[in-house]
Amino acid sequence: MSEQLHYALFTGCTAKQSTPELLSSTLAVADKLGIKITILEEASCCGASHLQDFDEFLAHVLNARNICYAEKLGLTMITICNTCQLNSAMTKHALDHDPELKAKVNEKLAEVGLEYKGTSEIKHFLYTLIDEYGLDKIKDKVEVPLSHLNIAPFYGCHNIRPSELHEEANGRENPYNPTSLDNLISALEGNPVNYESKNKCCGFHVELQANHTSEVLAGNALLDAVDNNADLMVTPCPLCHLKMDTYQDSIGKVMGRDVELPVLHMPQMVALALGCTEKEIGLNFHVQKAKHLYTQAS
Amino acid sequence: MSQLKKVTLKTFRFNAETDYLPYYKHYTMEVGKDELILDLLNRIKWEHDGSFSYRRSCRHGICGACAIKVNGKATLACKVNALELVELFGDELVIEPSSKKRAIKDMIIDKSDFWEKHAAVKPYVVSEIDPRPEHESKQSIEEFNNFLDSDLCIQCGACHYSCPALEVNDAFLGPAALNTAYRFTVDTRDEAGDERLEITAEGGSGVWDCVKCFECAEACPKEINPIEKIGKLHNLQFVRGIAESNVATRHAEGFLRGMKKTGYLDEADIVTYSEGYLGMYKHLGTAFKMMKVGKIHWHSGIPFINSIPKIKNLDEVQKLIEISQTNKL
Repeated sequence: MSEQLHYALFTGCTAKQSTPELLSSTLAVADKLGIKITILEEASCCGASHLQDFDEFLAHVLNARNICYAEKLGLTMITICNTCQLNSAMTKHALDHDPELKAKVNEKLAEVGLEYKGTSEIKHFLYTLIDEYGLDKIKDKVEVPLSHLNIAPFYGCHNIRPSELHEEANGRENPYNPTSLDNLISALEGNPVNYESKNKCCGFHVELQANHTSEVLAGNALLDAVDNNADLMVTPCPLCHLKMDTYQDSIGKVMGRDVELPVLHMPQMVALALGCTEKEIGLNFHVQKAKHLYTQAS
Repeated sequence: MSQLKKVTLKTFRFNAETDYLPYYKHYTMEVGKDELILDLLNRIKWEHDGSFSYRRSCRHGICGACAIKVNGKATLACKVNALELVELFGDELVIEPSSKKRAIKDMIIDKSDFWEKHAAVKPYVVSEIDPRPEHESKQSIEEFNNFLDSDLCIQCGACHYSCPALEVNDAFLGPAALNTAYRFTVDTRDEAGDERLEITAEGGSGVWDCVKCFECAEACPKEINPIEKIGKLHNLQFVRGIAESNVATRHAEGFLRGMKKTGYLDEADIVTYSEGYLGMYKHLGTAFKMMKVGKIHWHSGIPFINSIPKIKNLDEVQKLIEISQTNKL
């Protein structure tokens, strides 16, 4: 018997606020698969690439602090948000390659009794499921095959670009032709939808300051999925989820065409196939109605 | 000869003078392991159709003329091995111009928007030059290294035409022009840095309209990482006090408000604080929808108040912000 997988979970802010279904489905999936999760309750916001625009050094200090807590446990830090993954990995990369910056950051961390060492890996849950748990084993655990569903994978930028930063953590996924989410959908016996927008941007990060850009980017991706017969979209990133689930009414107005497409978090889709409870999957938290998927799946 | 592989090139064809719509032609050829995409373009022209048009010049990855897209991937034709792309995309390669909507003839596009934006950021050192200098204008290695990689830009347009923000927003300067703005702004001989920072701080066209997709970092054949330079321009706006308080700058700085209180971003507060109370009304419809399905929490009985859990050891985050913050709005 191989050793039980054990990870330190960096939840990020959205899973603690507007997407509680992301956290509950992640924990349910881990439980079903026998993966042990320790939540990093000390971890703060990653800065979401916006704090980095304001004060890059401060963002490194705060992200390094988060990583310290995973290091203390001697565990790989897993993320359930592409942007958390990007910003944590960027800090790790910067500190591991720039001893001077690392020393400056550690000088600050010493004030609160912490030290960044660089001993913990940082990986998105999607890639730990595929690379460390294994698709074959997931396939064996499927209780509700998703064979009635056409599922459009939406990868989200920050797990696949910049590829050089991510290649250790994401199985060298090619940003121009990503396959991981497609393979996961297939393992759950769903039908992956092939469409051009799967590796494109959802526009979330300029929702406030460049709303039109944001709405059109999300609209292009949603309608591309709809035009390729998707019943739902699935994404490993809660920010993509928030943009594409919450704003479908206003996106429809901008695009001149109604949009109605459920957008699931990656762990919700896995939880659905593994037969987790409706409470754990939490489709009731979606703005675009998605509860019909409980019956449609089974 | 066993190294040869049969490849089909599904090739975009269009002549703006005679064609109403573009179309695709398929050319099949045996491709060898040392052939570049540019070699295949040459073979289309030489072996199949002499009217096929594309730009090429140096063949050494320095003139920037031959940038196209292969299966959507920005490709400098003279730098990329054809079979490597076959390995990635399969034995049908889709050959398209950098920007289909700007096509003039086949791979040749109208790049005037690129050059207009390039010119808009003052892409040169602005300095009062002493006609009788008594000493050289020296730079230290560190000063030079600040802009060394951004200076490697060959204006191929690979990043510019991979940028989804530009596709939607014609006013956006785009990654290439912003990289150039950065290159001259941090040049110690230059005196127009603040002016350039003001140009790039403009809402609608400047750095705040970048969607953070990292397509430009992926597209650049010279590994310049334009979005990293965009990030540095963001920072410089605060460092040099150019940043004015607006929805975008408050959005960046406002992350700290929630983090000081709970350790997390305060999702509701960031919208209110960034938009201002008057701007907030736009979001009420969405807020109601989110409240209805439980995306906005009611722990205290009143939405938004004390609804966010606190992280453990919050005092550490508060202290680190206090001692590590370097910029102010």
